[in-house]
This record gives sequence, structure tokens and C-alpha cells, in this order.
Amino acid sequence: MTFALTSERERELEALLAKYPTRTAACIPLLHLCQAQHGHIDDEVVEFVAARLEMPPAEVKGAVTFYGLFNQRPSGKHQVWVCKTLPCALRGAGDILKQCEHKLGIHPGETTADGKVTLRTAECLASCGTAPMIQVDGEYFENLTPERVDEILTRLTTS
Amino acid sequence: MLTRSEFLTKVYPVEEGWTFAAYERAQTALFGAASGGYRAARKAAAMSQADIVAEAKKANIRGRGGAGFPMGVKWGFMRPSAAKPAYLVVNADEGEPGTHKDRTIMERNPHAVIEGCIIACYGIGAHVAYIYVRDELHLSKTRLEGAIAEARALGHLGKAPFGRDYPVDVFVHTGAGAYICGEETALLNSLEGRRGEPRLKPPFPAQAGAFGCPTTVNNLETIALVPTAFNLGCAQFSELSALHKLGDGGVRLYGVNGHVKKPGVYELHVGVTLRELIYDLGGGVLDDRGLLGVIPGGSSTPVLRGDEVIHAPDEASPMHQWHGQSVLDVPMGVDTMRAAGSMVGTCCATVMAVGTCPVLAMENLMAFYHHESCGQCTPCREGSAWIHRIVSKILDGRATMDELDSLHEIANNVMGNTICAFGDGMAMPALGFLKKFRRDFEAYVRGERKRADARLVVG
Repeated sequence: MTFALTSERERELEALLAKYPTRTAACIPLLHLCQAQHGHIDDEVVEFVAARLEMPPAEVKGAVTFYGLFNQRPSGKHQVWVCKTLPCALRGAGDILKQCEHKLGIHPGETTADGKVTLRTAECLASCGTAPMIQVDGEYFENLTPERVDEILTRLTTS
Repeated sequence: MLTRSEFLTKVYPVEEGWTFAAYERAQTALFGAASGGYRAARKAAAMSQADIVAEAKKANIRGRGGAGFPMGVKWGFMRPSAAKPAYLVVNADEGEPGTHKDRTIMERNPHAVIEGCIIACYGIGAHVAYIYVRDELHLSKTRLEGAIAEARALGHLGKAPFGRDYPVDVFVHTGAGAYICGEETALLNSLEGRRGEPRLKPPFPAQAGAFGCPTTVNNLETIALVPTAFNLGCAQFSELSALHKLGDGGVRLYGVNGHVKKPGVYELHVGVTLRELIYDLGGGVLDDRGLLGVIPGGSSTPVLRGDEVIHAPDEASPMHQWHGQSVLDVPMGVDTMRAAGSMVGTCCATVMAVGTCPVLAMENLMAFYHHESCGQCTPCREGSAWIHRIVSKILDGRATMDELDSLHEIANNVMGNTICAFGDGMAMPALGFLKKFRRDFEAYVRGERKRADARLVVG
């Protein structure tokens, strides 16, 4: 089956295209729109974006493989990112990551067996003054302790 | 006694301080009688492009993204062209490890950004501004979009803001998780929908930037400071700085993180010292430990030791007035920190207490650079990986002294041999750690210390 956007997201695409002098400029925002709907970017999505933006598929694929936030494989329903860069590490990011691994029973880069949560490590998320932190589905959780992480993940896995 | 400024941060503690109403209340409290909104942009709307640039130069705002280039001078590079439109691009791809200031502006004072964009558009002859926000900052994007919608509804953006027949619009553009897109030409490629690989310069963005058109790229804090500068008068704004005479003017946001009691973001005049930042604003080192070292302005700025003393016996040296004093007592500015052997960078300091293992800290940062190198230039792509691997080997006790020495050679061969400043931004802090903490590295090579005992968390 070929990929298509929902009618609501089609309208968002139209609004996107109005922002730029070229169609190509909508590439990254459109890939985000597609990923929000499809969960990941496969070759069908690449074909779709290329066709809509009048770009060679190879250029779209080039962008997909360049940027870390595009999933090239299916991932879990929820995304947990643990910042591990120095300012967070100085304030206990190592223990936060351990707690996530222990609680979810997986290592960074893996997804829980029920497909609910994908765990990843992140490079600096601009939250150094409120370290350590994790990001869950786009939301920041800051000034964390392992206990607080436990609460957050319990809520996530039982929701 | 250190006095905090509150231009950008006045609305920070206010309930719903990100709304237009709160912004205007704060502006009225700071600068007098109500104006109908965006008073600085309104003032600029009545000025010619040349007058705005001349005024902006007097503010002596050194770019807040890290390089410290004078904002007004950059605006002056723009030449009006009938053939091509001009663009303003605001860099909010905040991702330099240790840097957490721009996010606070977007989340808590987005209207300062929008008003700054309008003035900058007048100043450089642009009708459209793109704010490039890294995708992870969802709340920042929401707040900026909200502010843009409010400004549009009030007519402060659109066809003819402030009654002047000069359309101005502002759009938010998102990245997708690549640190390199904070480099201005990588950012432009990313804005155009391509891989975020830096471009060769020249041409500079002012000649051929976004979509092949003349473009000014400014850091988000730089742009957010513009309304304050124009409200006070740019010359007066510049004089708020302790380093005004060095052409480093105004106020700025300082961040402090790592091993301090009160990490956070604080607004003060330019020229606060690291001692003031760490001990007065940051509340001192955790557990009242000694200070091992501090990275003054983001991970690309070379680390300074806590016990480092300025050595400038030559009276002609710009650092002579601080000769024999602690590096912590030098006012932080673009030129002073460079002369002290580091950089002011983004002015967000990462503090490391005694007990932190500097080799482990370097390994953490080199893992970051290894991961984030875009791979376009061989010296950076290979060099960042080699340095990371060798530091790991040193920590594991498997490296020789020759390998430790080879780190200098690798770093020096990256420096200056790449398209963009990422290579230097990786090599400089690498050399900084090696030079400042040589004995720690040697102890691992000799087997006197073990990775299992190395700590980043103290106490």
C-alpha cells in the first residue's frame, strides 16, 4: 500500500508550503509530519515526500539518514530519551540511565517486547541547568532522581 | 555586590509571562508609558535601514552563539538588491553541551524574539525571518508560534506593521536532531531541506545564504536583546557592560551548571567573572568542595583549571592588569576569555568539583563530537573518532605514552583543516584537557588509576 497523509495533515502540508520560497524547504517538516502519522520513515514515505516536493528520492533519503530524529525502523509507541552529555552526567545521568534500563529491561536502542517503549540516549538537550533530565514523547522531565524516573516510567508502561 | 539585570528575564517569573499582555506590561515598567505594543520595533519602523544599522553598531552586541562577532557589523554586510530578496535566519538550534539559555528565552519571553526579528528585518532589508529551532524543543516551538500568532493578529506582523508599507513575517522552522545544524551554513542547508552539511565560505551568507539570497544569521539571544538595546538607546545599552570599552556591550544571559548548588540562568551585564558566576550566582561548588575546573561557555571552549593564574608580565599585554590573579577573576568577555586561553562561547559554564575525573569528562565530550561530526571532512570525521577511541583506551589502561602523545598530533591536524569550525570546536577542548590535566592522563597510562574508580558525580 502506498503512503498517504490524512486530510488534516494534508492541510498542515499546504500551510508548510506557504512558508517557503521553494518546495524542497518543506522536506524536514514534512518528514516530521509523516513520522507522526506512520511512526517511522520507510521507502514508501520517502517516495511520497519526493513526489510531493518534486525532489529526487535519493535526496530525501539523504536527509532521512542524516538526521538523528528520523526512525528508519519501526520504534515503540513511546520514546524515552536520556541525556548523557557531560552537564547531565556530572549530576547523575548515569544512574538515571541505569534506572531506565532496569525498569524497562532493555538497553539504549532497544524497544520493550510489548512494543510500548523505545529507550535511547541523547546528546545535550539544552537542559543543563536542570540536569539530569529525560525526554518522553517530546515532554521534558527535569531535575530528576532515580525514584522520580521510576514513577514516570510506571505511568508510561501502565497507560 | 552583584546586581542582576532584568530586561529579558523580567517576565520570566510572571504568570503566563510569554503572552503579549505580559510582555507589554514588562516593557512599560522598564521603559515608561504604554506604546500600543512593540515600542522598539515601532521606533525602528520610522528609521531608515542605514540608521538602524548605525544605531545597532553602537550596541556592541557580540554574537551570543559563541563566535562573538559584532551583530551590527554583520547587519552592515547586507547590501540591498533589487534582484533578490534578503532573509533573516535566527539560530535557535541550541545544542552545545552546557548551553541552556536560548531555551529559556523561547519558553518564557518569546515576544522579545519576535520584536527583535522585526527590527532586524528593517535593518537588513528582509521581509521574512525564519527561526530555526531544534526539533526537541517542543515547548519553545509552541511558545514562539503562539507569540507569532498574537503579533499577526495585532498587525505587528503582516502586510504593513506600524503603518509602514513594509511587510514583515516570521516563521518557525524545525531541525531533526543534528548538532552541526547550529553551524550557520549547515543550518541554511537544513532550512532548504537538505542534509545539514556546512558549506564552503566564501560566499558568506550575506552574499549567498538561504535559497541563494543575501542572509543574516544571528543567534536567538542576540536577536532577543535588540528591543532592549533600541529602547534604552544602543549606546546606553552598550555602557551597561563592564567591558564596554573593549567593544563588548550590554547585558547577556549567563548559565551555570554541573557541580554548583544553584544551577540556572541569570541575566547580568557583560563582564561578570567566573568567580561571581560560580560562587555568587551558582551558590558555590557542591559540598563546598574545591574547584577542579570550569568549561566557561559550552563544550567547545577549552577548560580552565580552578587554580589557574594569569601569566602576562608584559605590560603591553591586554591581560597584564590581571597578571598574577586567578583566571576566575577575569571579567568574561569575548576578547578577555580568548586572551586567557579559552573562549566566552555561549557564556554557560560547566563546573567540575575536585573529585571529578577529567579523563572521563573528556571521554564524555569526545563521544559527543564523534557522534555529531557530520562526516563531510576527513580530518574531523576520522579525528573525532580516533580521539574518542584513544581516550577510551587510556581510561581502560590499554594505551601507551606514545598514544597519549598522538592525541596532540591528531587534534592539531584537525584544527584549521576542515570546512567549518566544528573541527576546531572539537580539537581545542581536547587539547585543553590534555594540557591542563596531563598528569591525570599519565596516571591511567601508568596503571596508577583505573576506570572503575573514575567519577563524574561527586559526593
